[in-house]
Amino acid sequence: MTNTTTNLPPERLLELKDVNVQFELREGTVRAVNGVSYHVNRGEVLGIVGESGSGKSVTVRSIMRLLPKNTSRDDGSILFQPKPGEEIRIDGLSSKSKKIRDLRGDAIGMIFQEPMTALSPVHTIGTQIMRTILLHRNCSKKEARERAIELLRKVQLPRPEQLVDNYPHQLSGGMRQRAMIALALSCDPVLLIADEPTTALDVTTEAQILDLLRELQAETGMSIIFITHNFGVVADIADRVAVMYLGQVVETGTVDDIFYNPQHPYTRALLQSVPRLGQSPVHRLKTIPGMVPDPFNVPRGCTFNPRCEFAVQGTCNVEVPPLVRFSDDQQARCHLAGKLPQEVA
Amino acid sequence: MLGFIVRRTLWAIPTLAFVSFISFVIIQLPPGDFVTAYVAQLRNGGEYVTEIEEAMMRAQYGLNDPLLVQYWRWISAIIFHGDFGRSLEWNAPVSDLIWDRLALTLIISTLSMVFTWIIAIPVGVYSATRQYSFFDYIFTIFGFLGKGIPDFLLALILMWVAFIWMNLDVGGLISPQFEGKPWDTAKIINMLSHIWIPLVVLATGGAAGLIRVMRANMLDELRKPYVETAYAQGFSERTVVWRYPVRVALNPFISTVGWALPALFSGDVITAVVLNLPTTGPLLLQALKMQDMYLAGSFILILSVFTVIGTLVSDILLAWSDPRIRYS
Repeated sequence: MTNTTTNLPPERLLELKDVNVQFELREGTVRAVNGVSYHVNRGEVLGIVGESGSGKSVTVRSIMRLLPKNTSRDDGSILFQPKPGEEIRIDGLSSKSKKIRDLRGDAIGMIFQEPMTALSPVHTIGTQIMRTILLHRNCSKKEARERAIELLRKVQLPRPEQLVDNYPHQLSGGMRQRAMIALALSCDPVLLIADEPTTALDVTTEAQILDLLRELQAETGMSIIFITHNFGVVADIADRVAVMYLGQVVETGTVDDIFYNPQHPYTRALLQSVPRLGQSPVHRLKTIPGMVPDPFNVPRGCTFNPRCEFAVQGTCNVEVPPLVRFSDDQQARCHLAGKLPQEVA
Repeated sequence: MLGFIVRRTLWAIPTLAFVSFISFVIIQLPPGDFVTAYVAQLRNGGEYVTEIEEAMMRAQYGLNDPLLVQYWRWISAIIFHGDFGRSLEWNAPVSDLIWDRLALTLIISTLSMVFTWIIAIPVGVYSATRQYSFFDYIFTIFGFLGKGIPDFLLALILMWVAFIWMNLDVGGLISPQFEGKPWDTAKIINMLSHIWIPLVVLATGGAAGLIRVMRANMLDELRKPYVETAYAQGFSERTVVWRYPVRVALNPFISTVGWALPALFSGDVITAVVLNLPTTGPLLLQALKMQDMYLAGSFILILSVFTVIGTLVSDILLAWSDPRIRYS
């Protein structure tokens, strides 16, 4: 529904408030997304970082309404504002509804983790891109094909006139991911959701894909939600960062806030487990003790408390921590936020 | 692509030579020969056949010659004159016996395959996309029943039902009054009123199995990331399912078209016997029992030609439908 009364500020493209997603499995209920709120502004790259199982992919699938069939709970508010003043309520839409199908592939593009299998093996690259264009744009096959070639050129694939008739298995992993990006950009989306797009690629290719995404973002002014488990990639591409742990956003902030002034112990621990340039030489990188808890038995209180080196017994393992706000942008969900000892750099 | 076809066709020649020789040898392997079987039949009928008469018959048919000589006599006639020899039992040229039957078999088996696919593909797709739904269970039960009931039993039941309840004359493909008449509209209608029973019988058995195959293939494909990509483009569920995973899930079907051909020629012997169908199966069975080696050998040779052609056709079809095969 397009509301004329706008609640979102004009610069806001997407806003999630208190989104919950649960799955029903034979072993019990999994709270995959547990009250997640974040927003994306126009022209901004939001990086979402977290370990596997932290709910980062499920959250974006709830934006796309592509949740699996065993979803038992799916609520919260998701508002999308493709043009200032044109607000679309996405939450509650059925995955088959015309409204969300009109957004998918058009205003919202998505790229996936596995470039090897995310494209249909029996259709040419061109056919796949053209189908999307023909679905959302009123144009002839010939125009769609020209646009497909132009898109392939835009993602810097060599010989786009020939590649358009190639099949995915004839391309290397990096080239396929470029083709995937071209597919996602078919209809000039205002929001690109990238679900670990570089995880399956080698480091060199990863850097090239990141460069490409940054260039395309600067050129088109689209916003990107970039999901990754790699802090290095976030530093490379994101403007703002949301750190997720066990279905919750534990800290959000600008890249600088997160990297130079992390307030949540989990963010700190993650950063310490990654080597950094300019860091004084250490013998071993720090690791986070323990493992991500079993999703059927989420710890009481703060979900991170059993692994947290600062945890205070009696508080952290009993009470759910509040969201502490530091600046306009930075927030952390921790009892000790702001009271943590200064980091020794 | 052209090179591929030519290469495959050339390879077919030694394959066929080998198969024809082996089958000729195997037909001769059991103790005795056609004369032994024939004489035993005569004696059962109360006729008296002397040892000398038996030996004369053997000499007349050339059965005393070495195996290689007999084989060469048979195969050279086929290659140089297109003459498949005479059936010893029927005392008629093999060609007269088999071509009509082959044509009928081809019609019945092609039609039943088309019906099998028309049933199996949509049902399999439905079952996979609505896994564990009410109708999925219904189709699963139907599938196991269809697989479990022997074809000939189903044929008997259908014949009984058609005869008792629908007052149709059943068995065979044409009613006696049309036998030997030229083909006109009335005769074709008469044939159609007979042909549905074998079609239902063959299609049920085949479809039951193929539904399970299609369902399993689809379940595999539906989990693949490219399906989610297709959804993320905004296509409707129907478009996504039929344009993407179904296309891939059909490949195993296409690659088995070739095997379906010979299987349909020889595999439904019991059903054909029960339904008294003038197809190839019963004739081949009889020829093998009587060691009627020219008839049986020609049959097997033609079957192998069909197998080789069928495999070639399905390879070409598969290459056409699956680019991963075409380019590797």
